[in-house]
Amino acid sequence: MSTIPGVISTVETATGQAKTMVLNMGPQHPSTHGVLRILLELDGENVIKAVPDMGYLHTGIEKSCEDKTYSQAITLTDRIDYLSPLGNNLAYCMAVEKLLGLEIPKRAQYIRVMMVELQRISSHLVWLGTHAIDLGAMSVFLYCFREREEILKIFEFVAGQRMMTSYIRIGGLALDLPAGWRQRIEKFLKMMPGRIDEYEDLLTGNRIWIGRTKDVGYISAEDAVALSMTGPTLRAAGLAYDNRRVFPYCSYEEFEFDVPTRTDSDCFARYMLRIAEMRESLKIIRQAMSKITADGPFRTEAAGIIPPDREKMKTEMEALIYHFKIFTEGFSPPPGEAFAAIESPRGELGVFVASDGSPKPLRVHFRGPSFINLQALPKLIEGKLISDVIACIGTIDIVLGEVDR
Amino acid sequence: MAENSNTNVVVERSAVVDKLRSWNPNAISEVIEFRGETTIVVPRNVLRDVAERCRGDKELQFNLLSDATSVDRYPLEPRFEVNYHLVSIPRRTRLRIKVRLSSDDPTVDSVIPVWPGANWLEREIFDLMGIRFNEHPDLRRILMPEDWEGHPLRKDYPVEGYRDIPPSATRYTRNRP
Repeated sequence: MSTIPGVISTVETATGQAKTMVLNMGPQHPSTHGVLRILLELDGENVIKAVPDMGYLHTGIEKSCEDKTYSQAITLTDRIDYLSPLGNNLAYCMAVEKLLGLEIPKRAQYIRVMMVELQRISSHLVWLGTHAIDLGAMSVFLYCFREREEILKIFEFVAGQRMMTSYIRIGGLALDLPAGWRQRIEKFLKMMPGRIDEYEDLLTGNRIWIGRTKDVGYISAEDAVALSMTGPTLRAAGLAYDNRRVFPYCSYEEFEFDVPTRTDSDCFARYMLRIAEMRESLKIIRQAMSKITADGPFRTEAAGIIPPDREKMKTEMEALIYHFKIFTEGFSPPPGEAFAAIESPRGELGVFVASDGSPKPLRVHFRGPSFINLQALPKLIEGKLISDVIACIGTIDIVLGEVDR
Repeated sequence: MAENSNTNVVVERSAVVDKLRSWNPNAISEVIEFRGETTIVVPRNVLRDVAERCRGDKELQFNLLSDATSVDRYPLEPRFEVNYHLVSIPRRTRLRIKVRLSSDDPTVDSVIPVWPGANWLEREIFDLMGIRFNEHPDLRRILMPEDWEGHPLRKDYPVEGYRDIPPSATRYTRNRP
């Protein structure tokens, strides 16, 4: 512990009494959402200094990506932010598509939007459930996971996997939507608004909830921008910075939705903001569904990059050769660099891909919003009570897989 | 992608380059345009000034440091590149600043005085790539264990790591036959 500079384990005063103490919170603390460790220097119950320590989940995903072909690396992206694997797939594929200069068919873009927005709702549900359980509201967790289960069932139905879907691929999607998808999602959309009302009934007017979250974890908009915060935390401070609106991707410019903002910038404001975002996502899904036509391409066509149709491979020599080459040696984008950013449930998820003209990426870097938002944690909690630490960790919505990569 | 590269944006971006060049003719050594993204290559000694200018200038306003990352082009020289991805929220534009560093002296000035959010990003680059940042207040490892040797994201570091027992594990093996 004493190796962390700036943290003194125990200060001996002139009278020989310890003035402050250091508390080691985590890495196994249930409210640290994984394996985050925070060194808290405490004076009674007041936090004087907080030093986050992470890396417990570091698995070297960026290094592993350099040893895989561009397509193989998609499966690794699922495992970064494990609450939003489709978002990670999308950001990575967008960066590689930018590098290749590929155009994605509109239908595939709308399907991507629909899936990513479903993912946003499911991620916010996990956030709400775990945040509430941290603050003592047990039942909300059960309600949230009930609806999340419905979304995971949709993912299994569409992509074949509940969580690590790898559904979004370079050039489009892995598969077309299965028959009957419209009814499944329609059913979910009918159910969900009422369920969000239920969460609000449980929490929004709840005195304990308000007491634990109101005026807790304030950060000004200037500080938030200076610390590179993005996502709901920044929007709750009053700045409407949303990549879907500011730098539209995947045809988001064709969708009508609001970017909710709050001005209080406390934990309660972030809660209200995420609830509002879920409702906006439902609106986007509904619009995307009306835009998705029954027939049409679900991925683009590019010889040597996108796997050819199964039927073509049975009749055409070139298709078979391309198929073999794509899955053995991969494809080689031109040398250059590309950065693509999406609005993940946690903020700006950016992927930087550098190519040297070989079939494997020279460098892949993930700008994880959890990692960068976590940087502001000491700012939120220093000078506050230790019970506020729990509320603040929860409200930033970190995923340790993304923090440590 | 096509929607990102309409002519309006291109004019706007070259204005950034002109603006910086008119302030200091040596501020930009190279401009790279690729897939609708602008990269300005900046000599290492003016990085802090250029960063200050980019954030503070009324017509640039790059107030958000979105990302900082590094590339290792081993065995080419200059071997390292540090990339800063900037966003101007009021002007809705992006810009990448690139600094090239040689392998014999991979150090660069920290941009924490300009964007405090660079703190952990620079620590990550130091930890994984071994690039040092001058005047960084807290330059220590962030993801790897404190006693780790080497910088894993360097190209001369094997993907599977070194198979030797790391120093931190020797105490568990010392008494074994």
